[in-house]
Amino acid sequence: MNQINDRSRDIGEFVPAEDDDMIICRCEEITKGEIRQAVHDGMFTLTEIRRYLRTGMGLCQGQTCSKLVKGIVARELGVSPAELEPATSRAPMRPTEMRILGNEVED
Amino acid sequence: MKRFDLIIVGAGPSGLSAAIEAAKRGLEVVVFDENDKPGGQLFKQIHKFFGSKEHKAKVRGFKIGQDLLKEADEAGVKVVLNATVCGMYQDKEITVRYNDAIHHYKGDAIIIATGASENMVTFPGWTLPGVIGAGAAQTMMNLHGVKPGNKILMLGSGNVGLVVSFQLLQCGCEVVGLVDAAPRVGGYGVHAAKVARTGVPFYLSHTIVKAEGEDHVTGVTIAEVDSGFNFIPGTEKHFDVDTICLAVGLSPMSQLLKMAGCQMEDNPKRGGQVPICDECGRTSIPGVFVAGDVSGIEEASSAMIEGRMAGIAAAEYLGYMEKSELDENLASLNEALDGLRLGMFAPKNRGKMIEATEEGIPISTNLLKKGYVADDEIERFPGVVRKAGIHPVIECTQNIPCNPCQDACPKKCIKIGANITTLPAVDETAECVGCGMCVASCSGQAIFLVDETYEEGYASITMPYEFLPLPQAGDKGIALGRDGQKVCDAEVIGVKSSPAFDKTHLLTMKVPSEYVMKARFFKRV
Repeated sequence: MNQINDRSRDIGEFVPAEDDDMIICRCEEITKGEIRQAVHDGMFTLTEIRRYLRTGMGLCQGQTCSKLVKGIVARELGVSPAELEPATSRAPMRPTEMRILGNEVED
Repeated sequence: MKRFDLIIVGAGPSGLSAAIEAAKRGLEVVVFDENDKPGGQLFKQIHKFFGSKEHKAKVRGFKIGQDLLKEADEAGVKVVLNATVCGMYQDKEITVRYNDAIHHYKGDAIIIATGASENMVTFPGWTLPGVIGAGAAQTMMNLHGVKPGNKILMLGSGNVGLVVSFQLLQCGCEVVGLVDAAPRVGGYGVHAAKVARTGVPFYLSHTIVKAEGEDHVTGVTIAEVDSGFNFIPGTEKHFDVDTICLAVGLSPMSQLLKMAGCQMEDNPKRGGQVPICDECGRTSIPGVFVAGDVSGIEEASSAMIEGRMAGIAAAEYLGYMEKSELDENLASLNEALDGLRLGMFAPKNRGKMIEATEEGIPISTNLLKKGYVADDEIERFPGVVRKAGIHPVIECTQNIPCNPCQDACPKKCIKIGANITTLPAVDETAECVGCGMCVASCSGQAIFLVDETYEEGYASITMPYEFLPLPQAGDKGIALGRDGQKVCDAEVIGVKSSPAFDKTHLLTMKVPSEYVMKARFFKRV
C-alpha cells in the first residue's frame, strides 16, 4: 500500500491510446481514457478514482466494472491489481430507492 | 429487532446446505435470497454432474436443486425470497430490503453464501446489446425458455464456456466458434470434445478484436495473439453473429463481508477479494462464516460440502453441538471435499501444465489446442479397446474425480478402482451386453458402444444424444468425426430412451466398418 500511496513516484506522462474512448463503467459512462487520466491527475487509489469519476457508483454498483477499473489503474501505476485495495463496501449493497431506504419497519 | 440463531445470506447450493445442517441440529435458521426462486445457479445446470455417488454424480444440477429444497423444507428451514440483504454491521446485524421496506435482523451467527458474479472483458463494441455473460445466456435459456440469439460466438474455454456452448447448441443456436486467449482449453476435455464433435471450431490463442454493429451486435472479429497476448496482424477472422457470450471467470461477491469488517485478501487463485477463513468457513469475526463461491470460486459440488461444514460449525459455535461431534462430522466432510479436489483440475494444479496422466500416458495435445482427441492419439488411452462384438469405447483421457461408469455396468466391464481419478479401463474378458447404461451414465458423454462386426462391411456406433427432436431409425445423414468434420454417410438404426438413462438418449448409427474408430456424432442432412 505504501508504495502505491507514494505520490512522488514517477509514473510517466499520460500517453493517449487508441482505445481511450472505450466505455468501461457503463452505468456512469466513464471511458478508459478518463480513468487513465485520473491516475495521472494523482488519483492512485480506487476510492479516489470512484470519488473523482463516479466509476462503480451507478446502477450496478461496480458489479461489472470494478475489476476492469482496478486492472486499468494497476496497469497505469505499474503494479499488480492484487496490490490495490478495492474501494470501500457500503450499504445499500444494491441500488435502493430512497422511499424504501427511508421506510424502516419493525418486525 | 427480530433475532435468529442463524442467518444465512444466499439460498444457493452452499447456503441451503448450511441451512439444512444447522436446522437439523435445532437452530432457528432463516435464509434470505434476493432472487424470486431459491437454488442459486443449480436450476440453470441441466447437465449431469461429475464425481462419485456421494457427490451426486450423474445427477443433473436442477435435480440436485430440487432435492436440496425438499431437504431444507423437511428440516424446517425458513427461506425468504425477494429479500436483498443490503447491509451487514457490527454485532452481526443485517438490513434486508423486503416488501418495499428495510428490516433489521440480528443473528447469533451469520453465514454468508452470496456466490459470485460474472467477469467481463473489454473490446471495442463490448457495450453493444448482444454481448452477454455466459451465465446470463444460461439464465435466459434454462430458467426463462428464451433463446439468447441465433448465431453465437463464445469467449472462454473453461467449463462454463464449454457447458454453456453445448446448452446453446441444445437450444437450437449455432455456435460459430469457441475462442480463448489462452493457448490451451481450460475446462474438462470431455466437455470440449462433446462440443467439438458437433462441428464447433475452437480458436485457442485467439481473442476478440472488436464487436461490430450500430445498435446491436451484427458481427465479431477475432485474431490470434502471441504469448504476450498481443494481436498478430493478418490473423483476423470475421464472423456474422448476433450474440457474443463471455465466459471469462467469476468474482466472489464478498462485499458484505468486507463491509462488516472481516479480514480480506486479494487472492487471484480464489477469484479475487475473498475473506480469510479456515476450512469450515470461520472468518476473522467470531460467528461469521462463509461457504461456497464467495470464499473462492469452485464447483457447486464443493459448495454444497462447504455449506454443510459451515452449517455445523455455526451449530457448534452456538453450543448446539459438542466440539467432538463437530470434529467427527468435519472429518468425513473433509474427506468428501478432498475427493472432489483431486486430479488434473484440482485447485492445487491450477495454472500448471500437465503433460501426462497419472498412468503416465501423454495428454492429448490436440484436445488442449482444438478441443478433441485426434484419431492417432485416442488408442493410447485405457478405455479405448478394439475387439469383436459389442463393447464400450471410453474416450476419457484426463484424470478427473468421477466414477459413475464403473458402477453403471452390470457386467463389470469398466474398471476404475479405488482411486477415483484413474482413467476408466475396459476389461476385455468381461462380456458387454450392450445395455448402454455406461453411455448414459457418463456425465462427460465420452462413452460409446461399438460393434465392429454389426453386419457385413458395417459397424454400429451407439452414442449419447441430447438434442431434440430425436432422429428416428431409418433416418439418413452423415457421421461426424471427433473434429466435427464429415467422415462418411450414416444411417440411424435405433434410438433408445429410458427413465434409467435420465434424458440422455442412445442413438445407434450404422457406418462402413473402416470408420468405426472415427465416427462419433450423427448429423441429419
